[in-house]
Amino acid sequence: MQDSLKMSAEDLNFYYGNFQALHGINLEFYENQVTALIGPSGCGKSTLLRCLNRMNDLISYSRVEGKVFLDDEEIYDPDVDVVALRRHVGMVFQKPNPFPKTIFENVAYGLRVNGIKDKSFLAERVETSLKQAALWDEVKERLHDSALGLSGGQQQRLCIARAMAVEPEVLLMDEPASALDPLATQKIEELIHDLKKRYTIIIVTHNMQQAARVSDITAFFYLGEIIEVDKTETLFTRPKLEQTSDYITGRFG
Amino acid sequence: MFGIFKICAAANGIALAIMLYFLVSRGWRAINWTFLTQPPIDSMTKGGILPCIIGTLCLSLGAIAVALPIGVASAIYLHEYARPGRIVRLIRLGINNLAGVPSVVFGLFGLAFFVVYLEMGVSIFAGSLTLGALTLPVIIGSTEEALRAVPDTYREASLGIGATKWQTIYHVVLPAALPGILTGAILGISRAAGETAPIMFTAAVFFTPSLPTSIFDEIMALPYHIYVLATAGTDIEATRPLQYGTALVLIALVLGLNFIAIIYRSRLRRNR
Repeated sequence: MQDSLKMSAEDLNFYYGNFQALHGINLEFYENQVTALIGPSGCGKSTLLRCLNRMNDLISYSRVEGKVFLDDEEIYDPDVDVVALRRHVGMVFQKPNPFPKTIFENVAYGLRVNGIKDKSFLAERVETSLKQAALWDEVKERLHDSALGLSGGQQQRLCIARAMAVEPEVLLMDEPASALDPLATQKIEELIHDLKKRYTIIIVTHNMQQAARVSDITAFFYLGEIIEVDKTETLFTRPKLEQTSDYITGRFG
Repeated sequence: MFGIFKICAAANGIALAIMLYFLVSRGWRAINWTFLTQPPIDSMTKGGILPCIIGTLCLSLGAIAVALPIGVASAIYLHEYARPGRIVRLIRLGINNLAGVPSVVFGLFGLAFFVVYLEMGVSIFAGSLTLGALTLPVIIGSTEEALRAVPDTYREASLGIGATKWQTIYHVVLPAALPGILTGAILGISRAAGETAPIMFTAAVFFTPSLPTSIFDEIMALPYHIYVLATAGTDIEATRPLQYGTALVLIALVLGLNFIAIIYRSRLRRNR
């Protein structure tokens, strides 16, 4: 594959107060690839994900060292507009978190806060996003009903549509299927497969099979460090380190 | 042990029931159409209490018009923006103490500051500001409570799409907190409606047959009217039914407002 580098972390350290959650992370993320971050709870994989769109800024007493690049831009540079950054690097959370608004307004939200008022443009973009999220056929008759009436799986796909409506370049997914049943999970996984044609996707998951199914590259984290990174196929079939092999076969973690 | 707790809890309901029983049994005969739609006559021994009802409504609405914007803004600052520290602790200390100030002190403050120093005179305006100050801690408290109840996932979702902090608060957090905020506002109104001391120096007068035409007019008010009839009326004993009747109207107003708040809250909760 001849994919180009989209994001990268260089010597990244992250602290919650005095606790160091990430130790010297170096990792590269490529366009049109899905990178999975795996590892036991508390290993720092979600923390890294949240460093990539600076969601960790919201935590007081936290501190970042090192660099994160989006294309050529260093996102922790003081001149960077965090709000604009988050439009380029979208995020889907662990639990579906639609707003208590209509389905339409949920998807249109990101555009509205960008000051877009053109109704036909909004309608078009909402439809495209819902189609990309494979939700359109299920909700096209009830766009103006509350989003909270959707099932968990539909809500999560709505959240993906909402994130995509602002046309980000990178999509961060923090255990996007962990609160869903197997069928809904399967839909999300198929969706990820489609979406990588358009986006750079970085996904945190606790589910080994899921990482194996959806990702091209897998990084295994333990205690805030990267233990091993490789092509997913290689990492799952011929891990270089015993620690990795123990984890992916379920002997620890 | 459990039994004692149960008795204590039941005592609340019993106290309210006894109070209502007394008010209703002694006051209901006084209540009729004339009573609700006419001003008092014959040195307030006959006639109605319309100016008092209007006055209390004006003061309550005025108080909420003052306290709601200031209170909600304060709560948003404290809960969404302020970083924990000495200034926030100081502000909270101030709010807690404001809540503990006796209402008669608010009355004297209103008299000294609004009526005299700012030359507003005894008026709806001065009374509303005084009652507003009294209601402020209630509004701030209930608004903060409502903001706390908004899940952080909403904030994260909004910020994660690239909304600014203010857009997040305005478009997502406030709408979600609205039921709680409005419930607090209504409870604040009902508190303000029943207060006597803060308005007796700032807004209410012994007697005025005319209805207010501007916010700078002085007015009659239900709680103060009861106080006047019961302590300084021309014939205290003969006007007992009027006193109970007035009290009944006041408590109906207050309970009615609380009831609306409860229904509104439960309806919005069900819609979640």
